[in-house]
Amino acid sequence: MMQHWPVLPVLLPLFTGALLIFMARAELNTQRWVSVISALLGVPVSVVLLWQAQADTISVYNMGNWPAPFGIVLVIDRLSALLLTMTAVLGLLALLFGMRGDDRFGRNYHALFHFLLLGVQGAFMTGDLFNLFVFFEVLLIASYALLMHGAGPERTRASFHYVILNVAGSAIFLIGIGTLYGMLGTLNLADLALRVSEVGPEDAPIIRAAGLIMLMAFGLKAAMLPMYFWLPAAYSAASPSVAALFAIMTKVGLYAILRVHGLLFGDHAGALAGSMQIWLWILSIGTLTLAIIGLVAARTLKRAVSYLVVISVGTVLTTLAINDPNVLSGALYYLIHSTFVVAGLYLLAELIGAQRGTTRDYLTPAQPLAQPNTLGIMYFIGATAIIGLPPLSGFMSKVLIFRGTVTHPLAPLLWTLLLLAGLIALITLVRAGSTLFWRTNRQPPTPRKADPVKFGVTLVTLLFSPALAIWAEPVIQFTESVALQLNAPWQYIDAVLGSGLNLAVDAPALPPPLLGGQP
Amino acid sequence: MELLFAILIAILTGTGVYLLLRARTFPVVMGVALISYAVNLFLLAMGRLRTGEPAIIGSGESYSDPLVQALILTAIVIGFAMTAFITVLALRARGELGNDHVDGYEEHGREPERQRQARNAADNQDGAEGTAGEPEQ
Repeated sequence: MMQHWPVLPVLLPLFTGALLIFMARAELNTQRWVSVISALLGVPVSVVLLWQAQADTISVYNMGNWPAPFGIVLVIDRLSALLLTMTAVLGLLALLFGMRGDDRFGRNYHALFHFLLLGVQGAFMTGDLFNLFVFFEVLLIASYALLMHGAGPERTRASFHYVILNVAGSAIFLIGIGTLYGMLGTLNLADLALRVSEVGPEDAPIIRAAGLIMLMAFGLKAAMLPMYFWLPAAYSAASPSVAALFAIMTKVGLYAILRVHGLLFGDHAGALAGSMQIWLWILSIGTLTLAIIGLVAARTLKRAVSYLVVISVGTVLTTLAINDPNVLSGALYYLIHSTFVVAGLYLLAELIGAQRGTTRDYLTPAQPLAQPNTLGIMYFIGATAIIGLPPLSGFMSKVLIFRGTVTHPLAPLLWTLLLLAGLIALITLVRAGSTLFWRTNRQPPTPRKADPVKFGVTLVTLLFSPALAIWAEPVIQFTESVALQLNAPWQYIDAVLGSGLNLAVDAPALPPPLLGGQP
Repeated sequence: MELLFAILIAILTGTGVYLLLRARTFPVVMGVALISYAVNLFLLAMGRLRTGEPAIIGSGESYSDPLVQALILTAIVIGFAMTAFITVLALRARGELGNDHVDGYEEHGREPERQRQARNAADNQDGAEGTAGEPEQ
């Protein structure tokens, strides 16, 4: 049983989704039960994988029992396990929120939700480049339909841009895959990493071009500079539970950059080592700058949160450009923190918007909220966390990132931008908060209070931030171990290709731990 | 043969990109389809172009790469689904937004007054659950 455990995060949502398609005409409550039970099961499944990965084993699952470079493999190392667990937990929370109304507008909400989980979890696990493309498509087509869910002209318009951009992005990704296959003759990530290190100087430019083409495709998913324009419109138009789940989707792009470019263009890649860093620098700095400007201009709370997503993407990208395990550990902590806080803010924006009549979450004065105190406290938690003020997790992650970059030559630029992003987020969220909670007109508040389940789910999602701050030490120890494992790609290559194939992997000794157990 | 193949891919991609930039939904759909054909051909070329060779190892002197064929098959299936989805989406956008511009309105950067009113009216009909139109634009 345990031998087949790594395939469960793919099979569980796959079968649930398929079952739910057949149940499309069944009672909504029956669908909800099936859906939520599956999402509940998904959490222990990924926690077990996290437990295994934490014990320094990289689980490799050969699909159809074909050995590694020939068949498709699922690989679960610490990074994959961490992201799988985040997906499962966030998926459960978003589903619980969505069950209180969002799923009424279409018959296939639950099926699509599980197909989206399938695509995201598969993308986090696969060890094959083409399989990564397939999982990308699975998650994209589910996300197209979920984005449209509930209809309305705003959603249709945002969806059309989102779909066209992503279809074009998929074509670009395929060109990158094809070029790599044509040059190196394999699609297995570990095998690619080995062969890249043997590439001669005459082939290096083509492979670098393929790497940049794929960076573009992943950058589109991650909402990197020239390709982030779809995100604010799409995410703020989506229904709240979907937007909360989408918070993990930009992370799929970041994960793909970390995984593919880390394996292919890491320090071991010979002639190609580090050839992506300069591009990552330029693009991440640009992403941060434009996202800060966008944040100032946001006129709805959801749009402001969407620009906060772009800022978090830019922050993580800068740390990828630095490519130092010390910084990466902080970035992973930041990744966990920002995913949950942003998801919580999307849900909160819906709760606030629902009590403001037709004004929704527009940042203009409207009738007072029915529950200004409780929602206000939640807003305060979310805003404090995402701005990065002490004592919550945003502050912790910033400290970690800053401490890791002290000696970096570009640190002044990075620090300026990150602190500026914090300041602008502070100004925007304070301005938004004062409009939403205090600048009210004289009308009576709506009697409609927030649905208790929705309220509870939002609170739990936001409380991840204090929890991450309180249990920072174990979390940071884990993210450090993730970063160390990522810094040692030969572990991944060894685990996938095994010693049976007699491949010469010159594995240098593990570097000593960089942070001596301190928080 | 390689040159002919490359020219073919170039024409398909060029036409596709031109159509993609037309900013009307139907040409955009056609453009996306043409680009996906070009990509499929590109993938085929990456397995090296050979004619008259079996895609099975051991049945002849040499063989043509079967993997790219499998990749293309997958890409075709996915591309077909995407094209179908975009077509339906384009039809829906035409119905809901009243025109076939990819931005949903004709004038560049600004939405015409009549259409904005119609959209806001439609939004208000949706009641509390619909997304509100932008109040001042």
